[in-house]
Amino acid sequence: MAVKLPIYMDNAATTRTDPRVVEAMLPYFTEKFGNSASRNHKFGWEAEDGVDLAREQAAALIGASPKEIVWTSGSTESNNLAIKGAARMYAKAPEGSTGRGHIIAAAHEHKAVLDPCKRLMSEGFDVTFLQPPADGVITRAMVAEAMRDDTILVSIMWANNEIGTINEVPEIGALCHERGVILHTDATQWVGKMPTDVEKDNIDLLSWSGHKMYGPKGVGALYVRRRNPRVRLEAILDGGGHERGMRSGTLNVTGIVGFGKACELAMHEMESERERLLNLRRKLERELSSRLEVVQVNGHADRRLPHILNISFGYVEGESLLMGIKDIACSSGSACTSASLEPSYVLKSLGVGDELAHSSLRLSLGRWSTEEEVDYAVEKIAKAVNHLRTMSPLWDLYKEGIDVSKIEWQTH
Amino acid sequence: MAYSDKVIDHYQNPRNVGSFGTSKEVAVRKDVGVGIVGAPECGDVMQLQIKVNEQGVIEDAKFKCFGCGSAIASSSLATEWIKGKTVDEALSIKNTQIVEELSLPPVKIHCSVLAEDSIRTAIADYRTKNGLAASNPAAAGTH
Repeated sequence: MAVKLPIYMDNAATTRTDPRVVEAMLPYFTEKFGNSASRNHKFGWEAEDGVDLAREQAAALIGASPKEIVWTSGSTESNNLAIKGAARMYAKAPEGSTGRGHIIAAAHEHKAVLDPCKRLMSEGFDVTFLQPPADGVITRAMVAEAMRDDTILVSIMWANNEIGTINEVPEIGALCHERGVILHTDATQWVGKMPTDVEKDNIDLLSWSGHKMYGPKGVGALYVRRRNPRVRLEAILDGGGHERGMRSGTLNVTGIVGFGKACELAMHEMESERERLLNLRRKLERELSSRLEVVQVNGHADRRLPHILNISFGYVEGESLLMGIKDIACSSGSACTSASLEPSYVLKSLGVGDELAHSSLRLSLGRWSTEEEVDYAVEKIAKAVNHLRTMSPLWDLYKEGIDVSKIEWQTH
Repeated sequence: MAYSDKVIDHYQNPRNVGSFGTSKEVAVRKDVGVGIVGAPECGDVMQLQIKVNEQGVIEDAKFKCFGCGSAIASSSLATEWIKGKTVDEALSIKNTQIVEELSLPPVKIHCSVLAEDSIRTAIADYRTKNGLAASNPAAAGTH
């Protein structure tokens, strides 16, 4: 079967909206276009019905009650609301003073978690950023070690967006509940791909996003636990008091309907899809590792999401590699395209050397990825890596037996 | 990022890729000057080797590059431009000429700077090996 180019292997960045989701959304643009807060006419009731159904679908996917779902614009907003909202609500001392409380996060969290934490530091909170080990997995023991008497919030992502590694979130949740600390998890890459049960998994606050699970962009959700314990948040957006006062603003009804449908589809198809994607990713990984020398898979070997592969090809620079595989849409850990010359902070936090961090690709598969596409990608990548190695002075040094990291380079 | 056609051409068909021997071999060759600039942590390393004849003319040039497409194109172009030139003529090549020829965007100007640096470093290495003063361009190739 001929492969249709270009191939999309960047599903950790965003996914195609499932046509069944689009279908569900369409009536809410032109027919059921009411404001879900309009309580006194049919247009409003129809919109509200759509939102209510979506709330049930979203809650069902994570084992929550519909009343525990707060609609947002996406994971960035959910993370901001969870982290700033909980910290300010549970602060140990009033605004303007120091010693307001301690927060624990990981150094390889998404910027949408790191930056809210840094904002809170400027407001008088203390934050510990846990350094991940080489396999990238944050464990219960690491969090336990960092806990203090004044710890109020722990925010640990369920699975990492660059390397796909899975943290010990349910175990960390159990620890937090023993200590009376709130646990937030950025589950953007996790929910819809892996089974989730906020009760069993001991989660208090959970962020996720529509567009990473074949739903539309611009809509996300925050799960806020209502019982044992009841979690309260200080709102960031004030206004009409929507979403029980936690997030004011007219609801994005069409987006929410799409989000709900995407959750329903994920619920039914997750198991078979997970198995299929895992097999495809394993093939990709196996083929690339066997065809090329000096290949490193970044992050834990097994504790990883089924669809994400982060792989470094020694002595080849990532951007030039992307140029050689321009028919394959994916991401590089190299930052040569941006103004800074720093490679991925996630890979650096794992202790991946600069030359390997600059040489990394993130390939992420999705609902429409095929085995033919995987085969095509393997051929293309192997060819491009070999082409670039014939040009690489670092490859020559490696072949001469010289340790590139021991050379004193003139940095510029 | 969209690359210019010339950058893509140099990336796909790099000119003068190679070397005149291993790093140990070229280190002791007086007719070869080696310039290695950049650093792996910055994502670019360029290696330029020049073979200079007794008249001080660059007879041949070879490059290797670890870097983005613009870095590869800049070093490939540099080898084309310096071949057949005297070392003094080669020193007059400016990074701005490389920027213009390859239509490099502002974020890629450092690639052209590295290429210019590699030319200077290779010539300096050649001169040091041959006891030629860098400050006196007239001395080049007169031994």
